[in-house]
Amino acid sequence: MMKRTIFAKHLRESAIWIFIALELAFFGIAGEFLSLSEGSFLAPDNMLLLIKQTVPLGIIALGMTIIMINGNIDLSVGPIFALCAIVLLDTMTWPIFAGLGDWVIPVSWTLAILVGSILGAINGLIVWKTGVDAFIVTLGSMLGYRGLVFLYNGEQPTYHLNWTLVDIAESTPLGIPLPILIFAGCIAFTWWLTKRTAHGRNAFAIGDNRTAAVNAGIRVGPHMVWNYVLIGFLVAVSSVTFYSASGSVNPNDGMLYELWIITAVVLGGTKLAGGRGSIIGTVGGVIAIQLMRKGLGHIGADTAMVNLVIGSILIVVLYIDRQLNRKGEQELKA
Amino acid sequence: MAQGNLKVIGELLAKHGILVAFIIFMIVFTVLNPRFITSDNVLGVVRSSAILGVMAIGVTFVVVSGNLDLSVGSMMSFSTIVVLDLHDKIGPILGIPVMFAMTMALGALIGFLVGYLKLNSLIVTLGMLSAIHGLTLTYSGGKNMDIADKDGTWFSIFGQGEILGLPVPILLFALLAAGLTLLLSKTPFGRKVYAVGGNGVAATFSGIPRARIVFYCYLISSFCVAVAGLIQASRSLGSQNTVGQGLELEVLAAVILGGASLLGGSGTIFKTVIGVLILGFIQNGLLLIGLEFYVQYIVTWVIIILAVWLDIAAKRGQLWSPIA
Repeated sequence: MMKRTIFAKHLRESAIWIFIALELAFFGIAGEFLSLSEGSFLAPDNMLLLIKQTVPLGIIALGMTIIMINGNIDLSVGPIFALCAIVLLDTMTWPIFAGLGDWVIPVSWTLAILVGSILGAINGLIVWKTGVDAFIVTLGSMLGYRGLVFLYNGEQPTYHLNWTLVDIAESTPLGIPLPILIFAGCIAFTWWLTKRTAHGRNAFAIGDNRTAAVNAGIRVGPHMVWNYVLIGFLVAVSSVTFYSASGSVNPNDGMLYELWIITAVVLGGTKLAGGRGSIIGTVGGVIAIQLMRKGLGHIGADTAMVNLVIGSILIVVLYIDRQLNRKGEQELKA
Repeated sequence: MAQGNLKVIGELLAKHGILVAFIIFMIVFTVLNPRFITSDNVLGVVRSSAILGVMAIGVTFVVVSGNLDLSVGSMMSFSTIVVLDLHDKIGPILGIPVMFAMTMALGALIGFLVGYLKLNSLIVTLGMLSAIHGLTLTYSGGKNMDIADKDGTWFSIFGQGEILGLPVPILLFALLAAGLTLLLSKTPFGRKVYAVGGNGVAATFSGIPRARIVFYCYLISSFCVAVAGLIQASRSLGSQNTVGQGLELEVLAAVILGGASLLGGSGTIFKTVIGVLILGFIQNGLLLIGLEFYVQYIVTWVIIILAVWLDIAAKRGQLWSPIA
């Protein structure tokens, strides 16, 4: 009986990777027959590009995983993403930094990351101190932060091209594009945080049973705030990574990111109610979604199909997961 | 004594806070710009809030039953596109009922998934948001949908017409609000919705068919979405595939502002309508006193959080959350 439960657990954890393998096999084979382009879908160049394109959403999804393990949610990542980009690009043109030359780059990075962390902290403090549900708080700040984005430069795009910055963003140390290295660093950091630290353990405990966590003496409030600071920080890192290369931000950038990211995190096996989830699963989730997008495009399917397929898969995954869980629960009771 | 007074004020605010806030808002904006309260302006605001309002009324049922609906925005795009397409293909008289049937079939699917299969409503409707958007794009081939003969159709009556001097969208909004208020507050079905949302387990043990109630709530929500799509299509007689994008969160904001708890079991249609009107009048009032459109986002943010916070604070009897 116990074996079944463990089997279900393993299946749950590896499901996303099995799914990715199936996707790769399918698009690899189907691509040979259906694709109009010369290159193979599985070519290393294509795969590397694919991973590079998952980086902006991927980094944010790591933060969302911890937020969701903790039993909260953050709907305001889109506007934070845009706001950090504006700070990054705008501060580089400020007269007070004019004397710095290219040294303005680290200053602007720091400022952007600071702003992201502060916006996260504001969310966290409101959730903690008012006791209002995180869904409502971040739904509100999704609107409010978007207002701040517009406040900065109206409906005009903000742009500033600094070639040194572009060179850094496009560089490939060790033959790997810098964004992927930053993504890898963020994965390592968040994995360590969830698996090897007291903070991570407490996040699981709070998400699993908040009352029990309070009774066990865990300070629930500050934990939530730090998690929101962390996601704000990661959103800023993602924004800095992405906009250093592009150099231009629209006030509507980042819209609907929260929905894609939550989809990826849930696909990766994180439980919405909290208490269960993994960083590695989330990485699988974002890669699976990006594979689906690129793959369907590769075999010439309509982009509309991507939405249809991902939406349906999300619901199917939820159903299967429920069935597996239910079995587990019954086994335990018997 | 002072504490007793505070408690009374707190209880008053908890019960009618949203109305008090609404009245204060109207007075402040009227003082700042007398044009605010003219009947033209008021009618204009209510008319432009009608689409959001109709959808919010439906979502109120879902929220009261303890679930969420994030799919209403893309479902509204779907119904708008479908009815515009069918208008030219089979005519509006057949097209409108077919569109209602198609939209409500989607609602029935969500209701089945959430009600009978007991899947998490947030994720199901998130998935449906994406899936329905894909469906819309597939249906329209990604192109904008326009009615060929825009001047020669009576179809524009739902969005642009007037009956007895009142714009039809407002009448539809009012009719739907009145009808569904009766359904939610005066019928056994309505009481069951509250019971299911308040305590699902207890409701099941009292013999209330929980799954069926949730199913009907999503059906009602999708019906309202179809009405909203009809108004939208008729108002503009042409549409993009993304016309309803992002509306799901605005709708939720209105419902929350009206005081419905996301945990279920509380909220009324009347309060949701007030929530919708507050959002509409804030938007309009800020524009009238000469502020840019994005200021309303920031103001809405503050108001939503204050409204929910004060509501919770009044219920627990202390301002700050007791969590350490």
